[in-house]
Amino acid sequence: MPPRPKKTRIKNPSKSGRPPKSIRAFANRKPDKESLLSMHRDMLLIRRFEEKAGQLYGMGKIGGFCHLYIGQEAVVVGLQSVNEDRDSVVTSYRDHGHMLACGMEPVGVMAELTGREVGYSKGKGGSMHMFSREKNFYGGHGIVGAQVPIGAGLGFAHKYKNDGGVAMTYLGDGAANQGQVYETFNMAALWKLPVIFIIENNQYAMGTSTPRSTAGTDLYERGAAYGINGKQVDGMDVLAVREAGVEALDYARSGKGPYILEMKTYRYRGHSMSDPAKYRTREEVDSIRKQHDPIDHLRDLLLREGIDETVLKQQDAEVKKIVSDATEIALDSPEPSSNELFTDVLIEVAE
Amino acid sequence: MSNEIRMPALSPTMTEGVLSRWLVKKGDAIRSGDVIAEIETDKATMEVEAVEDGVVTQLMIDEGTTSVLVGTVIATFQTDNDDERVPNVEGESDTENINTKSNDEANKPKVNSAPKAPQVVLTQEMNLDGSVKNMTVREALRDAMAEEMRSDDRVFIMGEEVAEYQGAYKVTQGLLDEFGEKRVIDTPITEHGFTGLAVGAAFGNLRPIVEFMTFNFSMQAIDQIINSAAKTLYMSGGQMGCPIVFRGPNGAASRVAAQHSQCFASWYAHCPGLKVVSPWSAADAKGLLKSAIRDPNPVIFLENEVMYGQSFEVPETDEWLVPIGKGKIVKSGSDITITAFSIMVGKALEAAEELGKKGIEAEVIDLRTLRPLDIELIVQSVKKTNRLVSCEEGFPFAGIGAELGMQINEKAFDYLDAPIMRVTGKDVPMPYAANLEALTLPQSDDIVRSALQICYAEEDLKNGN
Repeated sequence: MPPRPKKTRIKNPSKSGRPPKSIRAFANRKPDKESLLSMHRDMLLIRRFEEKAGQLYGMGKIGGFCHLYIGQEAVVVGLQSVNEDRDSVVTSYRDHGHMLACGMEPVGVMAELTGREVGYSKGKGGSMHMFSREKNFYGGHGIVGAQVPIGAGLGFAHKYKNDGGVAMTYLGDGAANQGQVYETFNMAALWKLPVIFIIENNQYAMGTSTPRSTAGTDLYERGAAYGINGKQVDGMDVLAVREAGVEALDYARSGKGPYILEMKTYRYRGHSMSDPAKYRTREEVDSIRKQHDPIDHLRDLLLREGIDETVLKQQDAEVKKIVSDATEIALDSPEPSSNELFTDVLIEVAE
Repeated sequence: MSNEIRMPALSPTMTEGVLSRWLVKKGDAIRSGDVIAEIETDKATMEVEAVEDGVVTQLMIDEGTTSVLVGTVIATFQTDNDDERVPNVEGESDTENINTKSNDEANKPKVNSAPKAPQVVLTQEMNLDGSVKNMTVREALRDAMAEEMRSDDRVFIMGEEVAEYQGAYKVTQGLLDEFGEKRVIDTPITEHGFTGLAVGAAFGNLRPIVEFMTFNFSMQAIDQIINSAAKTLYMSGGQMGCPIVFRGPNGAASRVAAQHSQCFASWYAHCPGLKVVSPWSAADAKGLLKSAIRDPNPVIFLENEVMYGQSFEVPETDEWLVPIGKGKIVKSGSDITITAFSIMVGKALEAAEELGKKGIEAEVIDLRTLRPLDIELIVQSVKKTNRLVSCEEGFPFAGIGAELGMQINEKAFDYLDAPIMRVTGKDVPMPYAANLEALTLPQSDDIVRSALQICYAEEDLKNGN
């Protein structure tokens, strides 16, 4: 008999008028102020970075696809605040936030978005394809769901090398309907791979809402048939995310196998920059922004904790400067040399 | 009346096997469905069941006999109701089960059984000083993997039936025993998933070998091969190499019809970011597979089921490496260039022998690697012979031959004395029926005909070719 998935059901944040339970419970726990401030800063950095990216896209400085993470910041910041350097991270194409949360340089990311030679991929990858071996960030994958077996492969490598690392594999609610996800769940459970599957359920697969695309919308239960424990978490609450992350990381790191975290979250912007947004109302988006914004939640908590508002304002100013400096350097940087066209297709082998 | 039990063919390409064990003896009564013997092929051990009730009258082949040809009578038995049988019964039993075949046809090899390896003295062509030994392509591939696994802990193999079953085609035989289940991994039947997983492991600094039971099944996984394995190095500006080998049988086997008989050479050779290798001889199979495993790039390694059992001379050294990207002249000649890869090299050599009888000296080039293609070698040859016939088992449209024709057009047009010809599989899904299958597959006669045509040897063409 496989272990039953743990249920910590919460109300859908989009429908609840009050802060979810978990926030209220966690607010009494007196978390470390420094780490709270650090998470606040990291979320702000992503927010301001993405706002700038949206702006640059509108100016024609960023081309192609550009999927913004605004609204979902608490998910990656909460989880990356509790993982270890030896853990690896892989995600889909909505990846700018993940890169920043992994400690990658904003200027390298912005330069890649704008197709410049100092970008993380020398301008050859773009928004959806950036990597950093140094930060154990393995992309940035443009095919929905393809990163999921790759994440399990990173977990396989951790286990093979016995290095104690865990592969944090992020996917969206849309990817959760791809066949290869279930092929991966099977193998990850069969071989007890140290992998956490983080389903960022922002409730819309491109323009199709989860109930319209998905039979059985509780995505944390998707591993039950394989005996994979799953948990649904308020992904708008960075502390709830963090707490769930600790539990899942402990579980996977101790050799018990994979774990699924379904993060109920919401993206404020369209699927990509060219999204006509006909599939949801302006009121729906506004209501979540007003009542469940992940940064506002943490900010309120910090103020209640007695943090001076000027500290938070300073953080905002610092982050804005990082983003504007990164943008300036990126836009001043040349496009890749035409000599780069044929490089990096294959690694040269000495005969 | 006495009935015969013949050595059964347990797979489409089986020509002989080992009679490993008798489970009955002379005088035993047998009932339909009883297991009477165990037979071992190059792929598997299987049980032979009686298909009629009767009494064993004689065992013709001793236990442990190797190389028992398919169709050989291995035992006789007396049926219970011999006297009551209608005269037509033997014909009927033919259609029921091959075990009771008693017509002469059963003694002959099947239409598409494995061709004999042409006698080519590879050692001379390789300019080897050291000693060589005879081994099958299958053994050469296994040894290549075993040697590389011994020398590099990061190398592991995964795929369907590679471990406990010892490989669906026995290519991984013995690897589980030597390297254990950590490094020889049976996967579920889940090509898309395990291919993606292996790509992730390669990103994680391991060196996976992925066996596809056949390359037909790699279609399930082609997104991970192309979009993840082949493109990520470029998309990462050179950071994310993917050292991985995808290997397995490619092309037509025998009588397995359209979904299991297809050459994927041109599919994979189309894509930048991949290397594509397709050896013919055992020596090249070994040397190229070792190079592929050591290569920091994704390598598609196309084998051929029909070739697995063929023997060639292979150098006796652990450091036998054949460079990827180099073709090889397997027979030199001055009148016409014939290019081929994998199983078609053997057919090209047969054709060259036939052409030689007509006074035409063909140069046969084994491409060995399709990407990067050793075009320089082909150009040099065409400049000498002024004629080219390209051979492949795959479809003609946008095939390897189409590419060769275009490249020679670009690089050696002025040297051509005749149009370039291509000999390919027919432009149809592979049919099942033996006669249609034979019509679909390119044969050495087709190569001879094409060569004569562009050598303007009209008389020879009229006289039966």
